[in-house]
Amino acid sequence: MMKKILFIEDESALQKTFRDMLTQEGYEMISASDGETGLRLAREKKPDLILLDLVLPRMHGLEVLNKLKESPVTREIPIIILTNLEDMESVEKALSLGAGTYLVKADYGLEEVLKKIKQALK
Amino acid sequence: MNLKKILKQLNIFAQCRHYGLSLWQCPQFLFIVMGILIGLTSIISFAIGTRYIADPPFVAFIVLLLSAFLFVIAFLVIRSFEKLAEANRMKSEFISIVSHQLRSPLSNLRWALELLMSGRLGKIEEKQTEYFKILKENAARMRELISDLLIVSRIETATLPQKNEEFSLKDLTEKVLEGFEAFARASNVEIKFEAEKDLPLVFADPSQIRQVLENLVDNAIRYIHGRGKVEIKIKKRNKSLYFEIKDTGVGIPKEDRKYIFQKFFRSENVLKHQTQGSGLGLFIAKSIIERSGGRIGFRSEEEKGSTFWFSLPLVH
Repeated sequence: MMKKILFIEDESALQKTFRDMLTQEGYEMISASDGETGLRLAREKKPDLILLDLVLPRMHGLEVLNKLKESPVTREIPIIILTNLEDMESVEKALSLGAGTYLVKADYGLEEVLKKIKQALK
Repeated sequence: MNLKKILKQLNIFAQCRHYGLSLWQCPQFLFIVMGILIGLTSIISFAIGTRYIADPPFVAFIVLLLSAFLFVIAFLVIRSFEKLAEANRMKSEFISIVSHQLRSPLSNLRWALELLMSGRLGKIEEKQTEYFKILKENAARMRELISDLLIVSRIETATLPQKNEEFSLKDLTEKVLEGFEAFARASNVEIKFEAEKDLPLVFADPSQIRQVLENLVDNAIRYIHGRGKVEIKIKKRNKSLYFEIKDTGVGIPKEDRKYIFQKFFRSENVLKHQTQGSGLGLFIAKSIIERSGGRIGFRSEEEKGSTFWFSLPLVH
């Protein structure tokens, strides 16, 4: 069965890029452009992986992460943080809340992110 | 210092204009006013003191009045310094906000470009690839510039985190040099690396020292014309480790030497040949080395080359 990836990110350009790449790689991508919608879609669609930005409208990514890990429905879904925040505080908070991977956008190429996605889905 | 420079220093009005401050907010002007007033006050106090020697309360009152006046001027001086400090703080904050804001669109751009270039969206013609490469290189330059600006703003606001640990400077240098192999080959530059045997470990933040090494190696290769050589040496010296990188590049003109570690400074002879570069690399290197308890410096001869060196404290 096709694996489902939820991408919670407010930049539509990034959503488009990832949608094209991930569909081509044989994944199904669902997107949400704010924290609340992201949380709702995660509960409804139960994706296999969530890519989560931190700076989001309507609910901060760290709060989304916290809520995802609190609920038994979504607790087991692996989460990759994909953001431009790189202060130690955010990194440590996200990892302690249960994010599996923390990627700073500026430091990674698209193919490298794809590799991390594949690793997380294994 | 020649006469022209001294006169320029004395032209307070021009200096205040340069800072964009009005005279009553400008430290230089206020200091002169205060100096004149202190002189006048002393003379007046003396004159009044001798003239009204029979009436001490009157003399005391006048002196008190003059002191109060001086106090007001001193207060203005302090305020003017605060204003300068505030302007400096706002500038750092501005750089930090701007560079953070620039990062998101730049990531979008880089990733969209990478997807296009990967051929996943369809085959690309050779001519198009050339232009995609230009886009990619320039996006990479912009990314480096933004990351340099962020580091500078963190240095200036004292928010650059430092995670010191023990590590081998030799191993780190080798790793950095691996990353420069292709660039050196493409630039016809031969790199030689020599390290003394059994070097002790240093104590600093390896990711920051890595940045210093990258900046120094990149400069050494970049400013060589045609064929050239870069020699790197690591030695132990007393209680520190000494790193030296010598190139056969364009060198630094005498008049530019004192500015070389300043922010955004780029030497004239470099601009002639090489337009790339932010002028931040050496400023960052110096800040990092100094906050790690080391020292940094250089020797240079124009047209012959430069040698940059730094030292780092050993593990206690």
